Amino acid sequence: MLEVRDLIVSIAGNTILDGLNLTVRDGEVAAIMGPNGTGKSTLAYVIAGKEEYEVEGGEILVDGEDILAKSPDERAAAGVFLAFQYPVEIPGVGTMTFLRAALNAQRRARGEDELTTPAFMKRVNEAGAMLEIRKDFMKRALNVGFSGGEKKRMDILQMALLEPSVAILDETDSGLDIDAIRIVSEGVNKLRSAKRSFVLITHYQRLLNYIVPDTVHVMSGGRIVRTGGKELALELEQSGYRDFAPHSAAQPAAE
Amino acid sequence: MAAVQETVDRVKSIDVTEYKYGFSSVIEMDKAPAGLNEDIVRLISSKKNEPEWLTEWRLEAYRRWLTLEEPDWARVNYPRVKFDELHYYAAPKSHSGPKSLDEVDPELLRVYEKLGIPLQEQELLAGVEGAAQRRVAVDAVFDSVSVVTTFKNELAKAGVIFCPISEAVHTHPELVKKYLGSVVPTSDNYYSTLNAAVFSDGSFVYIPKGVRCPMELSTYFRINEQNTGQFERTLIIADEGSYVSYLEGCTAPRRDENQLHAAVVELITHDDAEIKYSTVQNWYPGDAEGKGGIYNFVTKRGDCRGKNSKISWTQVETGSAITWKYPSCILRGDGSRGEFYSIAISNGHQQVDSGTKMLHLGKNTTSRIISKGISAGKSQNTYRGQVSAHRKATNARNFTNCDSLLIGNDCGAHTVPYIEARNDSAQFEHEATTSKISEDQMFYCQQRGLSAEEATALIVNGFVRDVLQQLPMEFAVEAQKLIAISLEGSVG
Repeated sequence: MLEVRDLIVSIAGNTILDGLNLTVRDGEVAAIMGPNGTGKSTLAYVIAGKEEYEVEGGEILVDGEDILAKSPDERAAAGVFLAFQYPVEIPGVGTMTFLRAALNAQRRARGEDELTTPAFMKRVNEAGAMLEIRKDFMKRALNVGFSGGEKKRMDILQMALLEPSVAILDETDSGLDIDAIRIVSEGVNKLRSAKRSFVLITHYQRLLNYIVPDTVHVMSGGRIVRTGGKELALELEQSGYRDFAPHSAAQPAAE
Repeated sequence: MAAVQETVDRVKSIDVTEYKYGFSSVIEMDKAPAGLNEDIVRLISSKKNEPEWLTEWRLEAYRRWLTLEEPDWARVNYPRVKFDELHYYAAPKSHSGPKSLDEVDPELLRVYEKLGIPLQEQELLAGVEGAAQRRVAVDAVFDSVSVVTTFKNELAKAGVIFCPISEAVHTHPELVKKYLGSVVPTSDNYYSTLNAAVFSDGSFVYIPKGVRCPMELSTYFRINEQNTGQFERTLIIADEGSYVSYLEGCTAPRRDENQLHAAVVELITHDDAEIKYSTVQNWYPGDAEGKGGIYNFVTKRGDCRGKNSKISWTQVETGSAITWKYPSCILRGDGSRGEFYSIAISNGHQQVDSGTKMLHLGKNTTSRIISKGISAGKSQNTYRGQVSAHRKATNARNFTNCDSLLIGNDCGAHTVPYIEARNDSAQFEHEATTSKISEDQMFYCQQRGLSAEEATALIVNGFVRDVLQQLPMEFAVEAQKLIAISLEGSVG
């Protein structure tokens, strides 16, 4: 479960998030929509702990525990996962090496034993098959020379391996063709569980045809300004975000 | 910004006094008086009962050294060495040629244990029957005199000679006389000339015709007695069609005063022979203010004397205050090949000026240079490399790749290639990059659960992977550990 309360965040003196509130219950898939530059990606980065942002107020709780004082790796071990809009390439670092290092680092941080090689291989192979990732990809350096769709699939594979309690997908559909969206979405749908909260950040309703959200939140001016069910996304598709300009009359419905 | 900044701070904060191997053992030393003159040179020679030709060879080198000036072209700054305050000879007193590890000073064995060199384990390993077992023969050099030489019988069966050079002078004088100074002549440079005059000891290896050395040969050595320059001299000869892989690894105890290390390594390959020479160097780099640390002024050169012969240098350089080192290949034989794979990591106030020379003399000679420099802290890291094709070196080919990685804003990386082709059929390629670990890479790794140190080590290991792959397995593991130690202090 993710709870964001009265979050105020600035970067270089500019306020980006201005008293944002958001609750995503266990098992819930929440879509966050809104125009460009409204702070959606900032929200994702701040939850994951990227340090260039200044948190001036508020709380972020994961499963009831405040994570704001934690470093990014501690937040990961606490169950936060961010699927990046642009997953980075790490030259020379084998994909398997990276996956294993990440998984074992999190397990160590939680006081669990490291996985044995056979157990690790089994889990990677299962996740790889689910996401239709060719085995030779696993032998290459992480994300190096991967297409946009392949990188996104690799991110979802990591999500499957790391089993987060809060999974945030930042514009996962951007730059993907329709087949890639289908594969990624099917992967995400298989990872939906009663214990996991999903936050889908997206511009377009399109992704939500594949991953049907429980709730849809509209963000504008650094706040959630309206909350509804999945039908809200369709409404936005029709009318656009015009009604939600930061200084329009619309009031934050979520509060 | 912040994530990387944290790593930078961490790297900066590494108190180099944490240097893992910075201890000093108490073994009685037998030391020559400070300073250098012909009497000292004679003393060194007589201590080793050397034949007259070698005494004369040393004296000639000494006289030549007096006429030379210390080179200053490298991109390093340091207080000049006071050569007249150094001791040029030191030997453990207990030296009487132990026949087995049981006869070795237990204090010495403890030193090796602290260094994580499982001598006994390795000996056991080599005694185990079965082809699957990798074997490593250790000629352990403690300061100046070799005190333990293992596996001689095993090697003798193959006809391989692997012994201290001081011993080879007596047991194989014809080979030593023929090859000593034939690659690095006594007149070569300031430090190698000094080495020729006062060299202490080192390894001698001869692989006979057609023999593939049955195990990897390894020497671990340390500088120990305070104020003692160490002048290692290594000579490796691979006769026609033979092969040997030689590993050199070293650490030194902590010192307040700078210690000079001026080694000379000479490699010779005859027709169709191959020598693979790997080094992991982790000498004391100095304290957090840059005080102390080893001056590593080394001359390493291989001569591909025969047709289709090959010499490959692989080095992982993490230690020393100053490194001045250019393992080189003279590609004399037609069709010969030289390789240089290097990882040089500098942190704190370390200064590295290292690289290689590939001198193409024969026809159809090829060479390959892969250099990975990593600078952190306030260190300066320079790659200096020379590739040249002689007039007769038809179809000489070289590929050079120099990559530099910067960690933080106070360090420097420099690439100084010298390329000279006197034959228009030569094909030389040079690639160079300089990069920093990106904020995005750090954040990505940390988001997946890796700590800042783990993320840095992972990214750096990825950066140097091409070179690590060249190392024999045992060394690759050790090298990865050293990389972690060099950049993170407490890890490993």
